Amino acid sequence: MKKVYARPKYLKKVHFHYCPGCGHSIVHRLVCELAEEMKIQDKLIGIPPPGCSVFTYNYIDTDFVESAHGRGAAVATGIKRACPEALVFTYQGDGDIAAIGTGETIHAANRGEKITAIFINNAVYGMTGGQMAPTTLIDMKTTTSPFGREKDIEGFPIKLSEMVALTKGAVYIERTTVNSPAGIKKTKKAIKKAFQVQMDNLGYSLVEILSPCPTNWKMREIDSWKWIDEVMVNEYPPGVIKDTTNEQKKKKPKKKGKKKK
Amino acid sequence: MTKKKGRIEIDQEYCKGCGICIHFCPKDSISPAGKLNASGYMPAAFNDNGKCTGCAICALVCAEASIEVYRG
Ligand SMILES: Cc1ncc(C[n+]2csc(CCOP(=O)(O)OP(=O)(O)O)c2C)c(N)n1
Ligand code: SF4
Ligand code: SF4
Ligand code: SF4
Repeated sequence: MKKVYARPKYLKKVHFHYCPGCGHSIVHRLVCELAEEMKIQDKLIGIPPPGCSVFTYNYIDTDFVESAHGRGAAVATGIKRACPEALVFTYQGDGDIAAIGTGETIHAANRGEKITAIFINNAVYGMTGGQMAPTTLIDMKTTTSPFGREKDIEGFPIKLSEMVALTKGAVYIERTTVNSPAGIKKTKKAIKKAFQVQMDNLGYSLVEILSPCPTNWKMREIDSWKWIDEVMVNEYPPGVIKDTTNEQKKKKPKKKGKKKK
Repeated sequence: MTKKKGRIEIDQEYCKGCGICIHFCPKDSISPAGKLNASGYMPAAFNDNGKCTGCAICALVCAEASIEVYRG
């Protein structure tokens, strides 16, 4: 029999520190698969956040620069401007990108920075013990909303991706899930497209991924995977939120010698 | 036409026993190993019931990248 699937080449042979059933490690694996398939491992520079994914650099075998909480887009901007040939991506939780890092993210997108954000939305502050995040759903119980989030007190779940999509510099924004075989395949396709947008120098790209956090949701692994489909997608519908790739490509001057007439 | 045959190998030490692969396997070809690993998890193991097609759904959903799939 032929081997048809094995641990990807650029996923280091170490144990993940993530909880069983966590979505972070699936997304890490997808980035490693793409690093190999798109032959970009030597171009990638990742920016991990404070959060459960703080040790992303221990797993994905490429270059990384750790950022302070929420500052990913600013760090990525500096690196990309200094090394325009690099493929620069931030890897951020919802507490990182949609709370303390909202300003950096929106302005980087608005400037049309040629960077990619991988945004893991698990609707809580995972690493610090499951506190309420701006993305927490109404009525969702967390350690700081023990009776459920109340809109009159804590406001509504924030739609960071939709907000970013309003900026002119944002070219490609998609929301996906990693709670099913189809969702995982779509997530890989979306990250691939986001990387391609950056490689084509078109502008800012972001992929928001609804990702299970069984520990802080206080669910069995499989129940947390199901909960995304049953509850979370109603607030955060998966799909392409913005894609102006074709318009941006038309704006780019065609290379000489390629025209037929 | 002969049906595609498959086989998987689960790294018992990398597996965290989340049971996600067991849930998604369409052929019921994975079950708990019955023996804890060094980290104290109950890992999943290939249950060779002759039905595995090597579809690799289990490897796709495994958060530990601990499954290798063979087909032929
Ligand atoms: C400036 C600053 N404020 C607060 C913290 C504490 N802190 C560490 S991680 C984190 C939130 C993590 O949540 P999220 O970004 O949703 O990622 P997850 O852990 O859920 O993947 C916070 C508040 C910090 N490290 N730095
Ligand atoms: S706390 Fe949640 S996000 Fe963090 S590793 Fe555990 S399951 Fe994953
Ligand atoms: S390859 Fe497919 S059929 Fe075989 S164990 Fe995995 S999910 Fe089941
Ligand atoms: S999905 Fe992976 S970690 Fe979870 S039980 Fe199966 S082999 Fe183990």
